[in-house]
Amino acid sequence: MIEVKGLVKTYGNKRAVDGVSFTVNKGDILGFLGPNGAGKSTTMKMITGYLRPDAGTVTVAGIDVTQEPVAVKSRIGYLPESAPAYGEMTVYEFLDFIAEVRGYRQAAERRARVDRAVARTHLEPVRRQAIETLSKGYKQRVGFAQALLHEPPCLVLDEPTDGLDPNQKNEVRALIKTMAADRAVILSTHILEEVDAICTRIILISQGKVVVDETPAVFRARKTGARLDEIFRDLTRSEV
Amino acid sequence: MSQLTPVFKREFLGYFRSPVAYVFLIVFLVASVGLAFFVGGLFKANQASLQSFFVFHPWLYLFLIPAVGMRLWAEERRGGTIELLFTLPLTTLDAVVGKFLAAWAFLALGLALTFPLALTIGWLGNPDWGTVFSGYLGSALMAGAYLAICSLLSALTKNQVIAFVLGVVTCLVFVFLGWSVFNGLLSSFLPVAAVDFIANLGFIPHFEAFTKGIIDPRDLAYFGSLIALALTVNVVVLER
Repeated sequence: MIEVKGLVKTYGNKRAVDGVSFTVNKGDILGFLGPNGAGKSTTMKMITGYLRPDAGTVTVAGIDVTQEPVAVKSRIGYLPESAPAYGEMTVYEFLDFIAEVRGYRQAAERRARVDRAVARTHLEPVRRQAIETLSKGYKQRVGFAQALLHEPPCLVLDEPTDGLDPNQKNEVRALIKTMAADRAVILSTHILEEVDAICTRIILISQGKVVVDETPAVFRARKTGARLDEIFRDLTRSEV
Repeated sequence: MSQLTPVFKREFLGYFRSPVAYVFLIVFLVASVGLAFFVGGLFKANQASLQSFFVFHPWLYLFLIPAVGMRLWAEERRGGTIELLFTLPLTTLDAVVGKFLAAWAFLALGLALTFPLALTIGWLGNPDWGTVFSGYLGSALMAGAYLAICSLLSALTKNQVIAFVLGVVTCLVFVFLGWSVFNGLLSSFLPVAAVDFIANLGFIPHFEAFTKGIIDPRDLAYFGSLIALALTVNVVVLER
């Protein structure tokens, strides 16, 4: 579904992403791991068409993102890091705006879409509230609702559980799992249990390069008896 | 261009979701009408015309329009919503034109609210309504040119104060180029043709024609092409 080939992005003289390649198929939940600054967010921004890659290609359902950005963007649901939203709008107004840009022109259809997304992310209690007055957990859910609204075949989630309390984290993980069945999902995180809990595949990225691309079981077997964060440390430290 | 409508709607209604709109409209009305009465001597002139109302517009816009334009892109950058906007299925042109038109419509609303002044003149005397309308048209077009410049400058930074200052300075240059006092100064050492050329680049000579009831295609073309040019550069800056 998502195919990434030889992606490169340079900021100044620093290579943030250096030849990253991988594919994500339908049904996959790909856990994108790596230390802060490893290039996870930059890679995701290139997949979603926000940043233009210096080299390499991204195709989503066979469509190249640099050639037909609008077609690709309509197939992706994206939750940017820290879930930005227009704070002065209410949850309902914001989701209605997203639905309209997503091409739902009939008011009734938009309402149905928004209602469904609101129900799925449990936003009913705050739907008439301005987003800037919401707690971090609710804000994150608004970001989720916005990403799922059009039932996209691909979901790209940048640190979806960051800043949530343990209950909310579990809830978000359950939500991701239920959605993943017929979709391709990429999520970035630096919480290792999360990967273990929901991901079907792990990609570890360090200093802009893919270091590991395997299933959580194989990843765990790298060092028997060790905790995931020890393996993580070994793999990312050796690069330094 | 199909995605322009939701962007326009969100932006335009956005003004009224915060006190910004009301503060701006009140300041605009008080300042424009106040200048016309107390500095321009609207009544003392004993003429049924809005000349002394329109004459202050280039100076008034110098401060008020950068205040509206500064937030257009700087705020999106600061809040991170620019990433959301540009991963939705719309083109940069849709977003730039949609936001510009929304802000322009807002300014036009402010201008339209001064119309009771024209009605008062009409009640007291017998103004040339053609000239009144061409004056309003010219003022709206000039506001568009100021706004397009400020929108472009706002895209260069995520700091609204910088965007404001850049906007005031750049618009000041365009005002000065066509200001009779400045042109008088220039003509003391430059040939007439050169001074005419420079004056033609400025706002005032083109605007003055409208306030005298002349709708010259060249003046329309001047404001139209200035807006088109600024918005094109705006798109380029954002896609960079």
